[in-house]
Amino acid sequence: MSETGAPLIEVRGLRKTYRMGEVDVQALRGVDLSVQKGEFIAIVGPSGSGKSTLFYILGGLASASAGSVLIDGHDLAAMSDQERTQIRRELVGFVFQRYNLLPTLSALDNIGMAQFIAGKPRHTEGWFKQTLDLLGVSHRLGHKPQSLSGGEQQRIAIARAIVNHPAILLADEPTGNLDSENSEIVLKLMRDLNERLGQTILMITHNPEAAAYAHRIVHMRDGRIVQHP
Amino acid sequence: MINTLVIENLKHRWVRTMLSALAVGVQVTMILTLVGLSYGTLEEMSQRSRGVGADILVRPPGTSIIGLSTAPIPEKVLDFVRKLPHVAIATGITVQPIGGVNSVYGIDMESFSQMSGGFKFVAGGPFQNSDDVVIDEYWAQQNRLRVGSQTQFMNRSWRVCGVVEPGKLARMFLPIKTVQDLSANTGKLTMIYVKLDQPNNLQAALAAVKNALPDYQIYSLEEFLSLISVNNVPGLKAFIYVVIAISVVVGFLVVFLSMYTAVLERTREIGILKALGATPGFVLSVLVRETVVLALAGSAAGIVFTYGTRWAIMHYVPGSLTQTIVPEWWPIATLVSLTGSLFGALYPGWKAARQDAIEALSYE
Ligand SMILES: Nc1ncnc2c1ncn2[C@@H]1O[C@H](COP(=O)(O)OP(=O)(O)O)[C@@H](O)[C@H]1O
Ligand SMILES: [Mg+2]
Repeated sequence: MSETGAPLIEVRGLRKTYRMGEVDVQALRGVDLSVQKGEFIAIVGPSGSGKSTLFYILGGLASASAGSVLIDGHDLAAMSDQERTQIRRELVGFVFQRYNLLPTLSALDNIGMAQFIAGKPRHTEGWFKQTLDLLGVSHRLGHKPQSLSGGEQQRIAIARAIVNHPAILLADEPTGNLDSENSEIVLKLMRDLNERLGQTILMITHNPEAAAYAHRIVHMRDGRIVQHP
Repeated sequence: MINTLVIENLKHRWVRTMLSALAVGVQVTMILTLVGLSYGTLEEMSQRSRGVGADILVRPPGTSIIGLSTAPIPEKVLDFVRKLPHVAIATGITVQPIGGVNSVYGIDMESFSQMSGGFKFVAGGPFQNSDDVVIDEYWAQQNRLRVGSQTQFMNRSWRVCGVVEPGKLARMFLPIKTVQDLSANTGKLTMIYVKLDQPNNLQAALAAVKNALPDYQIYSLEEFLSLISVNNVPGLKAFIYVVIAISVVVGFLVVFLSMYTAVLERTREIGILKALGATPGFVLSVLVRETVVLALAGSAAGIVFTYGTRWAIMHYVPGSLTQTIVPEWWPIATLVSLTGSLFGALYPGWKAARQDAIEALSYE
């Protein structure tokens, strides 16, 4: 798909209401967003503005209350739980603020688990080795998360997120727990992935410096996308 | 890959893993020891019956096989049996229970030795005085007795005059006259053993004895031995079933608790798996596999432990109990622990499978 073709992600009138006991929380109040293939987008906004919720819906972890979400032609709103599970396996990779590696598995097995769940054979091919070299973690693969630094864990998490060639990489405050040095490493990596491999990336961040790595910045407030912050 | 996760999860909380497997193992040991004791003790009883050397047994009317408590056969029946065709030797015994599962056997040393080929004395020799008792090696070991030791039963003190190799009828022997008089059974027998001139005359001899003593219970040795089984010990089967039921329940509780805490502490990990695209079935299967590993490891440990209980029984109470290893029951006991364990994993597994991934991942 080219820049002028149908967008990779097409969100229209997306609403999400959480029910907490007797209270309804409106996390998303009508979001419209289009993302072209190969874009690197930063999403910024105050805490509680619905950024993570938007990601969970894009990633098929949560269902929308109203509106439509098209990813690569698939309509997420019309999908069953099983179909959304399939989307998670094939179309998206998640990176979280808290790394979220499986603590009992080695770095390599964490990546292998993502391949296993997606039903893919374990990568040993050139692309995978190159990516690990690019991420600078090739020599740390045998370690478990607890003996890796935060920066190393996040780089492994990125490797895990892209190993199945997802259409979209969703990174929720990937540098939120990192010092500036490691933040820079991770941000440069994401830019490299975007530039060299054409990886489409959506990244939530609080940090304007981090947002500056993206092509485009989307601002959110109170469950909506706003033009001027 | 899924197995790597299962093994690493179990290793990660190895104390919990070990304790859970141990608890499952103890259940398995309980079942196997009980079964081993039942089989072993009955088997040993059979061997001792075989050791008498008889071909036919004569028991009084209306008595049970296990537990010889009365002595209602008049001694003249013995004289009568001796005159029947094909009968080479006949000897009578009088049995007196002395508490617990133990009994003392009154024998006529001469005819009993003829029939059985005679005791092999490890120490001492046959009766000399009226307060002499002959015991077998197991009884001697269990009660720390040797030739010349005094031992108390039937409200009297007895002197050990001889220690014999085990395997012939019983563990403690007195002159038959002494047992009869002390138990108010003078001139009465509990049982008569018959040895034939030729083994192939068995059918003819059986018919003759049955014909001559119509009210009595007449068995060939093989018939008699086939009656010494778990099925014929009142309540034993029920007892085994109760222990199995308890094992299932305890296995259920142990695994339930273990897996329930595992699921609670793995909220985030389950969320991660789901974010990677794992289905509820995948999450459930991780827990089920962990449970199967626990149950199988526990069962294996439980089987090994039964060698320990057998050693302890052989060492401390060889005169009262015998435990054998019964490999036929290994799969049964394993299945029992597996059943309890899988039931225990059901609810935690269901809880994990339907857990909301977002809530787990939201605590940023
Ligand atoms: N699982 C949940 N249940 C109920 N309310 C939630 C849940 N997750 C988020 N919310 C609420 O939805 C709103 C948006 O949250 P979130 O998407 O996490 O925002 P952000 O990532 O921008 O901080 C907040 O008011 C938050 O309290
Ligand atoms: Mg958030």
